[in-house]
Amino acid sequence: MSSNINKPSVVRKKQLRAGWLFLTPASILIFIMSFYPMIMAFITSLKTGSGAKLKWGDPLFVNYFKNIPADATFLRSMGNTFLYLIIEVPIMLVFAILLAQILNNKDIKFRGLFRTMVFMPCAVSLVSYSLIFRSLFAREGLINSVLSGLGLISENINWLGTTGTARAVIIIGLIWRWTGYNMVFYLAGLQNIEYSVYEAAKIDGSSGWNTFWYITVPLLKPVIVMTAIMSINGTLQLFDESVNLTNGGPANTSITMSHYIWNEAFGQGVGHFGYASAMSFIIFILVAILAAINLKVGDTRD
Amino acid sequence: MTRKRRRRKRRSNNPSSIQRRLIPCYIFLIIVSFFSVFPIFWMVTAATNSTVDIARGRIWFGNQALVNFKALIEAASSQGAGTSLGGFLKNSFVYAITQTLLCIFLCSLAGYGFELYHDKLKDKLFGVLLMAMMVPQVATLIPLFTMMSKLGFLNTIAGFMLPAISTPFMIMMFRQNSRNFPVDILEAARIDGLREGSIFFRMFMPIMKSTYAAAAVITFMNAWNAYMWPRAVMTKNSSQTMQILLTNLSNGYVVDYGLLMMAVLFCSAPTMIIFFVMQKQFAEGITGAVK
Repeated sequence: MSSNINKPSVVRKKQLRAGWLFLTPASILIFIMSFYPMIMAFITSLKTGSGAKLKWGDPLFVNYFKNIPADATFLRSMGNTFLYLIIEVPIMLVFAILLAQILNNKDIKFRGLFRTMVFMPCAVSLVSYSLIFRSLFAREGLINSVLSGLGLISENINWLGTTGTARAVIIIGLIWRWTGYNMVFYLAGLQNIEYSVYEAAKIDGSSGWNTFWYITVPLLKPVIVMTAIMSINGTLQLFDESVNLTNGGPANTSITMSHYIWNEAFGQGVGHFGYASAMSFIIFILVAILAAINLKVGDTRD
Repeated sequence: MTRKRRRRKRRSNNPSSIQRRLIPCYIFLIIVSFFSVFPIFWMVTAATNSTVDIARGRIWFGNQALVNFKALIEAASSQGAGTSLGGFLKNSFVYAITQTLLCIFLCSLAGYGFELYHDKLKDKLFGVLLMAMMVPQVATLIPLFTMMSKLGFLNTIAGFMLPAISTPFMIMMFRQNSRNFPVDILEAARIDGLREGSIFFRMFMPIMKSTYAAAAVITFMNAWNAYMWPRAVMTKNSSQTMQILLTNLSNGYVVDYGLLMMAVLFCSAPTMIIFFVMQKQFAEGITGAVK
């Protein structure tokens, strides 16, 4: 018997070692495909020049402290990205939360049908919807036909050829594509809230708005923080829409950071790999800072 | 069951007045639903119209579907050496299906390992892996491209999917869902002498079917819709996917919108079908990691 005392822990140890076999392949892949490239990108970001003729920056951080602050197009792409972020994310999240709240009401009829329709844009790829919106907002597109048919405009608006409207179309597109997606998170979150909480609020005489603001929103806070982080992360990396909807135009005034970085790295005959890497590190830093702020804000719930 | 009972209880107060009070909600829902569905509906009808009709603002089905389809086949074939619409579709399907199978296999193994064999060190490693979620795709583009070209993986399925078959999101999803896996079964299987590997294949996989379905739907969608990385790694036209064909078709000086929408329709049909057939799994896949 005495020899068996240690046995359970030996078995457990053996099992825990077996666990490593399960998680090693996927973990190694993440290290090779995410962390290692990130380190390489940082090293590359210290170099200047183009193509095969990259050389170390002089001084080493010249890209960060001299080239990036002096690059008007990059600063504009950063401004654009933040503009999209600041306008799109709040509108989209408020819409999503409202829709989820309405569709969670058991008195609403055809809830399944409405949910399917609001969720449907998620079934279309980013490239596809960008091209649909580009066609709808084309100079000879449907939006202009409808507006002139209604007598609202006398001549066709060049939506995508004018800076302000091109940016607006990107924001409209983003709201269209992602509202239903975020609604799904809120619906899942709302279903975790006990119905009795609402009944109690009702008995206490709480109005619909008060119930929403003082009960639903605080209980949804973790979900709200998470969707905010995801949306911010996604918007900071915006690429497909900028490329396919406006192609960054007119004259790079609606371009996003990722799109500009792509152009600097893979655009025809450019190949500024070092400079592009430095700019992509700016995105990484922004993502990290905004995620940290969000988590901090979300943490005050207790 | 309980839902019905609740509804009856509340309605018994005043069913028609409740519905009347909800009218603003219905109006809001109808407006939002219309704007959500209309662009997709328009894309389908535009695929059957000529560019001239589309420019005139026609929003109903036309009779140009075959013309647009033929033009699309023609345009797809003229993308470069050895390209065809069938080829682009085949590439997209083969890449997406292979990536899906490998991804859910690798990530479920890892999620299972992280949850059911967890100890301090593994939990720490998991925390480190989660940081990969913050890595912007565009930052890894150049190093990964260099890596793939050194390995000779440009224009291959390996190059397409290696960066995407192990994701923190999927590992987290399987890890979270493994909490529902009954530990008693694990112990019983061990007592019966099953080895750790067989427990995974014979017990875990069948029991976690619904998680696998949700993970498969979301991975397929992501792989099918992938754009930035495939555009970098697939330098040869004949290895490219439907998404890249779409971009190329829209880049001409004169755009044939009927043809373009026909291409969008082809590109969206598989994901639309999956959406309608497996909407529940799709929604679970999106929210799967955050239970």
